[in-house]
Amino acid sequence: MPASTVQPIEKMLTYIPGFDYVSKGGLPRGRTTLVSGSSGSAKSVFSSHFLAGGILHAQDAGVFVTFEESPLDIRRNMLGFGWDIEAWEARKLWAFVDGTGTYSEETFISGDYDLDGLIARIEYAVKRVNAKRVVLDSMSTVFAQLPNPTIVRHELFRLIGALKSMEVTAILTAERTEEYGPISRFDVEEFVSDNVIILRNALDGDRRRRTIEVLKFRGTQHAKGEFPFSVMPGIGVEIIPLSAIELAQESSTQRIPSGVAELDTMCGGGFLEGAVILISGATGTGKTLTGMKFVATGIEAQDQRTALFTFEESRSQLYRNAKGWGIDFAGMEQAGKLYVMAEYPESANLEDHLIKIKQIIMEFQPKRIVVDSISALENIGTPRSFREFIIGLTAFLREQGITGLYTSNPANLLGSSISEGYISTITDTIIMMRYVETFGEMQRVLTVLKMRGSQHDKRIRQFTIDAEGINIGAALRNVSGILSGNFIYTGSADLERIHGPFASDQS
Amino acid sequence: MSLLSLKLYVSRRTLKTEQAIANLEKLFNEQLKGKYELTVIDVRENPEQAEADKVLATPTLIHDSSDVRRRIIGDMSDTSRILNAILNDETGGDR
Repeated sequence: MPASTVQPIEKMLTYIPGFDYVSKGGLPRGRTTLVSGSSGSAKSVFSSHFLAGGILHAQDAGVFVTFEESPLDIRRNMLGFGWDIEAWEARKLWAFVDGTGTYSEETFISGDYDLDGLIARIEYAVKRVNAKRVVLDSMSTVFAQLPNPTIVRHELFRLIGALKSMEVTAILTAERTEEYGPISRFDVEEFVSDNVIILRNALDGDRRRRTIEVLKFRGTQHAKGEFPFSVMPGIGVEIIPLSAIELAQESSTQRIPSGVAELDTMCGGGFLEGAVILISGATGTGKTLTGMKFVATGIEAQDQRTALFTFEESRSQLYRNAKGWGIDFAGMEQAGKLYVMAEYPESANLEDHLIKIKQIIMEFQPKRIVVDSISALENIGTPRSFREFIIGLTAFLREQGITGLYTSNPANLLGSSISEGYISTITDTIIMMRYVETFGEMQRVLTVLKMRGSQHDKRIRQFTIDAEGINIGAALRNVSGILSGNFIYTGSADLERIHGPFASDQS
Repeated sequence: MSLLSLKLYVSRRTLKTEQAIANLEKLFNEQLKGKYELTVIDVRENPEQAEADKVLATPTLIHDSSDVRRRIIGDMSDTSRILNAILNDETGGDR
C-alpha cells in the first residue's frame, strides 16, 4: 500500500504577540488568509507585523503589495513600531509592490483585461528577495480602482492560485463596512473562504475596543471567539489571549516574607512565592503601607528586584509617604532594585496599561510586583475589559513566576465589594482589611480570607498603625458579620462587659 | 509633430494580447500612419519595467508625453476611448 501523500495543514508562526496562541500556531502555511476589518481596525499594522515578525525572528523575507498607502507612507508609519523597513529593503528582506493609484494620470478602460501585470510583479518581487510571506493591502481598493467587479473577482481567484504556486504564506486584507455585518465589501471572502480573520474596532460603552477573531481556519484548529488586542508604539499588535490562558499554576511551597512579621505567621510562614495576593481594604486601612512593606522586604531582606505600579498617587507623594515609614524608595531606585511607574488611571485604556506593565516587567525582570490599586482602574473601562485586564495580568505573572500584590478599594467604606467577586477566584491569597466601629471607636481589623495551598489563621485580627508600621493584635471574638459591614454581637452582654470584644491572643 | 511614443504592456501572446495589438495597429494606421512608435512589453519578461510603470492590469497602453500621461486598460476594442484619450491630445489642434 502506498504511503499517504496527503499532508496535514502546517502553520507558520507570525511572531505577533498572542496571535500564535490564539491561532494555535500561526497562519496556515502556504495559504492565503483573509484579514477583514473596518477602516481603522489596524489591518495594515497587523499585516506589517506579520512581515516584520518573520524578518526579526525567522529571517523570512516578505513582500508587501500596497494598493492604498504609498510605500513612503508605510515606511514612515511603521517606524513608530520599531520596524525600519527601509533598512530591510536594503538587505533584501522586504520588498514593496506599489499598486497605489497613479493620481497624476488619467485611466481609461477599453475592453477586457486581466491582472497579469500585478501577478507578474508579485512573482518578480517574491523571487527577488526569496520571500516566504506576502501581504496584499487592501483588495477592496483594487475593486475601487478598476471597474467591472466581475473581472476583478475572476482575477482575484487567479491571483490566489498564483500565490499558492509561489508557496508563500499570504495575508489579503479587505474592508468591511459594519463591525458585525457581512465579512467584506465586494464579497472578497468568496475567494479566500478557507481562512478568515476579523479585526474589530467597536464601541464598547463610550470607548473603542479592538478585538481579533479567527472566524475559520479550514482543516486546522484555532481558539474561538473575540480576543482583545492593542496597537502599541514599539511593539505593534499585541493580542491578549484571554480565554486561551490556562490558569494552571506551578504551585511553589517556597515562603517569602510579606514585610509584616505577624502577617507571615497568619499566613503559615509567609506568602507563597509566585502567588498573587489581593489586599482588599477601604481608604486608610493600610493597603498602600502593606504594599510598601512588601516592596521594602523584597529588596532589603531578599535582594529581589521589585516593580511598583501606582495609580493612586504621584511619584513624589509615594516617595514622601514611604520615607515617613523609613523606606527609601529613591535610594532603592538608584540602586537599580526598584522600578516605579506612577500614572493616572485615565492616561491610557486598560489594554494599553496591561501591555505597558508587561513591557516593564519584561525589561526590569522583577521578582515581586505591586499594583496599587487595581480598583483605580476599574472605572476607566467596561467591566469586561477590566476583567480581561485582571486575568491577563495575573496569567502573565504566573507565567513569569512573579509574586504579585494587588490592592483593591471596595466601594463601600465598611463593607465588601461586588466587583471583587471574580478577582477573588483568580487570586491565590486574599487579605481583607476593614474598619469596624466598636463602642464609638473605629478599629482596624484584618483577616486572611483565603490562601491557596497553605494553612492560615482564620480569625479576624485587630491591628493598629503606628510609626513602626502595622501591628497586628488580638482576635475579635463574639462578633459576627464584620465583613459585611453590619456586624452584631453574639454572646452575653455580661461577658462582653468583662472581656471586651477582643480576646487577647497572648492570654 | 514629433513621433508619438506608446508603450503597450501585455502578458504573453494571449488572445487578448493579439487583439490589443491588432486593434491598436489598425487604429493607428488609419489615424497616425508613420507618426507613432509602439513598443510592446511583456510583463512576465520585464517585470521590473512593469513595476516602474506601476502596471496592474494587462493589456495596458501608456502614453507618456512631456505634458500629459495617460493609460488605457483593456484589449483596446473600444477605439473611440483610445481616440479620446490619445489622439485628441496629440493632434487636437491640427485636425
